[in-house]
Amino acid sequence: MHSFGYRANALLTFAVTILALMCAMASISDNLNHPTPTSQVQVLNINWFQKQPNGNDEVSMTMNISADLQSLFTWNTKQVFVFLAAEYGTPKNSLNQISLWDGIIPTKEHAKFWIHTSNKYRFIDQGSNLRGKEFNLTLHWHVMPKTGKMFADKIVMSGYRLPQEYR
Amino acid sequence: MGWFGETMDSVKSIQIRQALSQALTLGPYNPEPMCLIFGAGLIVTSALIIWKGLICMTGSESPVVVVLSESMEPGFARGDILFLHMSEDPIRAGEIVVFNVDGRDIPIVHRVIKVHERKDTGEVYVLTKGDNNDDDDRALYARGQHWLQRRHIMGRAVGFLPYVGWVTIIMTERPIIKYILIGALGLLVITSND
Repeated sequence: MHSFGYRANALLTFAVTILALMCAMASISDNLNHPTPTSQVQVLNINWFQKQPNGNDEVSMTMNISADLQSLFTWNTKQVFVFLAAEYGTPKNSLNQISLWDGIIPTKEHAKFWIHTSNKYRFIDQGSNLRGKEFNLTLHWHVMPKTGKMFADKIVMSGYRLPQEYR
Repeated sequence: MGWFGETMDSVKSIQIRQALSQALTLGPYNPEPMCLIFGAGLIVTSALIIWKGLICMTGSESPVVVVLSESMEPGFARGDILFLHMSEDPIRAGEIVVFNVDGRDIPIVHRVIKVHERKDTGEVYVLTKGDNNDDDDRALYARGQHWLQRRHIMGRAVGFLPYVGWVTIIMTERPIIKYILIGALGLLVITSND
């Protein structure tokens, strides 16, 4: 009943149970946070806009992205992954989502940022539908916790209309 | 005499009840050989029930995966555990999915950066990238494959537990530790009769 093995076993079981409980509570405590992030994006310039030899439209542009995501951070937040996506529909596809820029925010101090950038990933359509196409710019974020459930949300921002002609 | 018989019966039933409760709680109590087998069987079956139950609940054929590479640093490190969920919800950019590529044994955990969803069939065409990688995953896909489709995707990551996966990493890389552990546990079960 009271051998070393049993005591060690009981202690280990108890320690793991407490640890699991604490992890669960830390994850649950994230629900108490009601974040109010803000963001703004401006498309400054269409650098070039052309049709690839295989028939897909590709566009390159320069943007200003600013956001304040400080309210997303809680004590259980390891990092926030943030990305800007262009979202639009075409006759063939009900939804196209193309990530244009992304970043990892490691701490709350870095969560209020402003960046001037051209698209980090290629903005290529499946087909040739981008001339005159209006798309939504959406800022998405995924909160990665130190432990527990991951959270995600987004802000849909004003759209932008691409030019009618290639350039 | 009648009274004595009754008492014996109740004593017997107490013993049976104790044996049962012992097997159920897996607790240490004067184990008979049958109880040992019963107890060991119960451990195996309850582990199986939990595993299969998780598969049912999450809808993913492998509801828990261990991160093996550094490609998602600093979000996920080697040895972290991810809980997967496979629902009918459409796959969207930003989600972390676990996918199998034809001709590769080990599934990959990466983030979706592009999604094209067909209007007529609802089929999705997905491009992924590891947060810590410079390039997207086209180089990892099968030759000539440009997009992942629904059938490649095993689930999306919904939860996260750090470090716990090291147990399985160590056991797969050093099988000797696994055998020592199993042996020690077996020995503990057999010798623990106080």
